Amino acid sequence: MSARRTRISLRGWGGVAAMAVACALTAVFALLLPLTRGAGVDGSTGVGGPGLATGVQARVETCTDPERSLPASGDESGPAVSAIKKRGYLVVGVDQNSYHWGYRDPNSTKKSSELEGFDIDLAHEIARKILGSGDAIRFRAIPTNERIPAVQHGDVDMVVRTMTISCLRLDQVAFSTAYFQTGQQVLAPKKSSITGYDKSLAGKRICTAAGSTAFERLNDDRKAGTLPPGTDISTTVPNQLDCLVRLQLGEVDAVVTDSALAAGQAAQDPTVELKGEPFTKEFYGVAMKRGTDDLVRRVNQVLEDFRKDGGWQSSYDKWLKDGLGAASGPPAPKYK
Amino acid sequence: MNYPPNGSAAPPGTIGAPTVPAVPPQVRPPHAQGPDPAEAARGTAWAEGVDRLRSAATTEPGRLRIIGAVLALLVVAFGAVTAWQMTDRSAAADDVLHSSQPLSADAADIYRSLADANTAASSGFLAGGQEPAETRDRYEKDIRTAAAKLVTAAANSAPDSPSTAAISKLNTLLPQYKGLIERARANNRQGFPLGGAYLRYANETMQKQMLPAAEDLYKKENERLRSDYDSATPYPWAAIGLGVVALGALAWAQRRNYRRTNRVLNHGLVAATAASTVVLLWLVAGHTFARVGLDASYDHGVRSLNVLHDARIASLKARGNENLTLVSRGAETVDVKGVPKDAFDVDFQKQMKTLTTKLGDAAKLADDGTGKRPVQAADANMKVWKDRHRDAREQDDAGNYQGALDKVIGSAQDKPTRECFDNVDKALQTALTHEQAEFQQAATGGRGAMTGLPVGAAVLAVLGAAAAVLGIGRRLSEYR
Repeated sequence: MSARRTRISLRGWGGVAAMAVACALTAVFALLLPLTRGAGVDGSTGVGGPGLATGVQARVETCTDPERSLPASGDESGPAVSAIKKRGYLVVGVDQNSYHWGYRDPNSTKKSSELEGFDIDLAHEIARKILGSGDAIRFRAIPTNERIPAVQHGDVDMVVRTMTISCLRLDQVAFSTAYFQTGQQVLAPKKSSITGYDKSLAGKRICTAAGSTAFERLNDDRKAGTLPPGTDISTTVPNQLDCLVRLQLGEVDAVVTDSALAAGQAAQDPTVELKGEPFTKEFYGVAMKRGTDDLVRRVNQVLEDFRKDGGWQSSYDKWLKDGLGAASGPPAPKYK
Repeated sequence: MNYPPNGSAAPPGTIGAPTVPAVPPQVRPPHAQGPDPAEAARGTAWAEGVDRLRSAATTEPGRLRIIGAVLALLVVAFGAVTAWQMTDRSAAADDVLHSSQPLSADAADIYRSLADANTAASSGFLAGGQEPAETRDRYEKDIRTAAAKLVTAAANSAPDSPSTAAISKLNTLLPQYKGLIERARANNRQGFPLGGAYLRYANETMQKQMLPAAEDLYKKENERLRSDYDSATPYPWAAIGLGVVALGALAWAQRRNYRRTNRVLNHGLVAATAASTVVLLWLVAGHTFARVGLDASYDHGVRSLNVLHDARIASLKARGNENLTLVSRGAETVDVKGVPKDAFDVDFQKQMKTLTTKLGDAAKLADDGTGKRPVQAADANMKVWKDRHRDAREQDDAGNYQGALDKVIGSAQDKPTRECFDNVDKALQTALTHEQAEFQQAATGGRGAMTGLPVGAAVLAVLGAAAAVLGIGRRLSEYR
């Protein structure tokens, strides 16, 4: 009887021991595999498959000035533009949480509770030029990480949503010429010891929007080992503004986002400020589906006119001047 | 093959002769030849007792003593088991009436209040910087209700039960949620989109953590209610069986008495039989009535209440989703057969389907006009709601956001879905109040049918046993 019980308990312990060994082996492999693979690649790219890594690498080599776009044209006979004109309205993916870019003023005294901001002005301008009426438009509020899928699946005709033109994204969507210049910047409480994108971030928790250029940059730097030690970038949220929520609740120590958007956050909370200088140079563009060249050219023409007729400047003065200071005008368009 | 039937009229000559069946079963010492001396000693003591019993059984007074003891024991055992089983059942019925059902209703209220508070908060947000007074009041009242009911629920749950885990989780999250909503309001008032971000965070806390915990609590309390019903309603077979055996033994003893003395009645034994019969009848009738009452309270009360609670929560969730469709403006999509659809609208349709089913079930369960009417009213309003919702979606899809907003939270002349939701909610509240009263009535009746049974059974059994002993003693005294 007791011998049998001993045997059973021994068998039980044997199982536990076997599981422990299995766990240990798995852990060892999991730790070793990335190391061995990392040694094979030059280290500039991440833990992705080798095929993907080389693909990105090749693209980066050939991609200079991603903000170069197709030459502007007022022609409206192409298939994409005709389809929009036939439908009678433009479907635009926008943000409704970016102060002064795309948002809804809850205290608006207007009868209609519409979205407003710099991006919204531009979207209305595009609709006005292509369809003859600025109101021939339907807005879809989309989270940061849904911008590219929304364009690719054709849920929206275009995305006008503080979207940075990047080499990586050029593989997925087509961009108009640049309509705004910005750069990544650190936002932190005024009393914080953080001084900018530097060593003062060591051991701090940083919040970024999922799928944003800010996160891509931080993630790349972490892989390259240039991020200060102990910096935690695991907090990602659907929208950059959700970062300010986390910052106010003390769940993170700093936010990294475009300076244009960071200024909007600082405008909503006087206890936070932009720290240091922008550490990247980026351009916002209108994203459209790849292959809709006629639409890209047409939008470039709208931007061309928007720059020249002072529309850009008056919209800037209305929304952004208070937060970002007087502008030296829109970035000059670059064409392929 | 031709054994004489045991009970049929035996020749009078056999009276007084020792009949074998009258002897109690003779148990042989199980370890009589055990090698262990201690065991042998015990075996001897046991054997000695059996021997004494056997020798007593050879004389009529001895046999009478044994019969008297067995009868008294049977009647007392019958009374004791009856008292024990019925105490159990009536305690369970008490729990159903005074503890588990009220707690289950409280848990449903907590769940409803939380969902309602979240819906009110999102409605307030849709309305703009200054939320309407009634939306704010509704939200505040919901939070108060949830907080108060959580205190009751906490006081009534065992320290390490799963309910307690859910309750303490809700107690931690409720102030957090409230804090987020206050921040959302403050920022909203200043015209900052940050308010919306706080609302989304609060909504996420509610949807992903609080409502699942509240649902869990509701389910746990319902399980407790069901298990209280399960311990209150089964037939007390042990008591009934013992009662039948005791009555059988009493009948056999009286028949034996008659055949040996030709006396028809032994007062003591008759009294014992009467007492046992009363207890058995009381037991069967009382429990049957209690069972009928409790079953009715379950079928017409609890089942209706559950279905109505489910319907109400479905309507609340649908309303919350309807609001969020406008708050998020297509920010979240899900694939439905390859077509991307608004996630909140898809969920709205799902909740409306649940509401339709549950209202159908509630109409089937409602057993009188007073119960049916509010359910029918809710059903009619739900249909209007669906129509108006379609209008609102058409407006939104046509790019008229303000039109859609008016159709959802607008004033009376806009014919908003808000009215339909409020009407559905009110009708369901009426139906719930009615079913709660039905439950109360049936369960109180059921519980009442068991009143006094345990004590009565115990007293009667003791009296019956005493009577049996007296009856046998009287017969015994004839031998002195």
